[in-house]
Amino acid sequence: MTEPFVSRGFTGKRPMNDQATRLPPGQYLTNDFPVLSAGPTPHVALEKWSFSMEGLVKDKVRWTWDEFLQLPSQTFQVDISCVTKWTKLDTRWEGVGVDTLMEHVQLDPKAHFVTAFSHEGYTTNLSLNDIINGQAFIAYKFDGKPLRPEHGGPARLVVPHLYFWKSAKWVAGLRFMENDQPGFWESAGYNNHGDPWKEERYW
Amino acid sequence: MSATSIEWQIATVKAIHNETNRVKTLTLQLPRWSLHQAGQHYDIRLTAEDGYQAQRSYSIASAPERSREIDLTVEKIDSGEVSPYLHDVLIPGDRIEVRGPIGGYFIWDGATNEPLLLIAGGSGIVPLMAMLRHRAARAIKPPARLLYSARSFEDIIYYDKLENLLKEKDGLKIYYTLTRTQPAAWKGYSRRIDRKMLNEVIQPLNRPFQVFICGPTLLVESAAEEMVGLGIPAKNIRTERFGPSNSIQGG
Repeated sequence: MTEPFVSRGFTGKRPMNDQATRLPPGQYLTNDFPVLSAGPTPHVALEKWSFSMEGLVKDKVRWTWDEFLQLPSQTFQVDISCVTKWTKLDTRWEGVGVDTLMEHVQLDPKAHFVTAFSHEGYTTNLSLNDIINGQAFIAYKFDGKPLRPEHGGPARLVVPHLYFWKSAKWVAGLRFMENDQPGFWESAGYNNHGDPWKEERYW
Repeated sequence: MSATSIEWQIATVKAIHNETNRVKTLTLQLPRWSLHQAGQHYDIRLTAEDGYQAQRSYSIASAPERSREIDLTVEKIDSGEVSPYLHDVLIPGDRIEVRGPIGGYFIWDGATNEPLLLIAGGSGIVPLMAMLRHRAARAIKPPARLLYSARSFEDIIYYDKLENLLKEKDGLKIYYTLTRTQPAAWKGYSRRIDRKMLNEVIQPLNRPFQVFICGPTLLVESAAEEMVGLGIPAKNIRTERFGPSNSIQGG
């Protein structure tokens, strides 16, 4: 048996106990809200904004901004974890649950995977089972205020139980598919699933 | 999908070099070294006696041309958990757990001869330095510009090394802007990066060119937005931000 590696002289700054149990392995707590994006922040005009449910659905659905705001909204309080190692506890969002959106489409039984796509071209792939049953929502408010562009506004997908790159900023829709298709970061070395509790960071 | 997953390995600290008062470069020897691309990073994992662990990511400063070892440049965040250890506890000869190289987008492999515009804020220079070193090692060198924003002259990381790269006179130009204090007779810029400055820096470059911007969130947000405003397609602009949306923080 090999001895576990110990970093000489390292003691660390541990979070309080009640918070420590909510911290996935390898993550640290932050009270700020870091911004991670691969390129310039797009500014999507509300009059040009839309959200679509397409692919393996009987009839494609598309909402304008005003129509989307009419959908029943909910508030969500969730912990979020970024693959760059920060975790933020008790973030407060307002938006529309994916389950609520699913009531508007008739899904083909062959649909098992989803690509979330964004207004500027970003994509991320998810298993259908990872976004239904109360696990994901489209958020347009953070901390009671309209979601800022650098954080994905006008609206972003939020899938709090996966690393945050799955929570596509500037989201424009969900495409339902029979087969899994790696998205932007999933094609650039990052894990296909991204469960923080299993530390599924990279390939 | 790469064939090998990225495994932890135990590196040996070969040297620690002071870059500025707040910034050090660690030279690590890797038992399982693998070729990186300029712009990538490594994860460092520290483990306490009781098994408690902390991880952070640090950009590679060295060129891929150097084999078996890497340089990671680390800014000390006083309130942080990992960087104070790397600065104040770690000494040459120590062993440290790392894995990498990681990152598949904020990278420059030099495959095209498109001109390069690099914009750095503070320790955001580190992955861009790897790109400049990679460029310097290549036979064919595209024209390159570096615009580097620092608080003061003393905060410029790699100043002597950058000046040495300039001596090659191989199509690289470097512009500095010092946002807080400037030495006497300072000839560079003395303000935050703005559109006028960017326009002056890009003037001699033939478009299209690749833009890499790395630094604190506010600097990257503003520089990227100005580049879009100057007509550079968003797809040519690659960014890496650190810190929260309103200040610099981290580990």
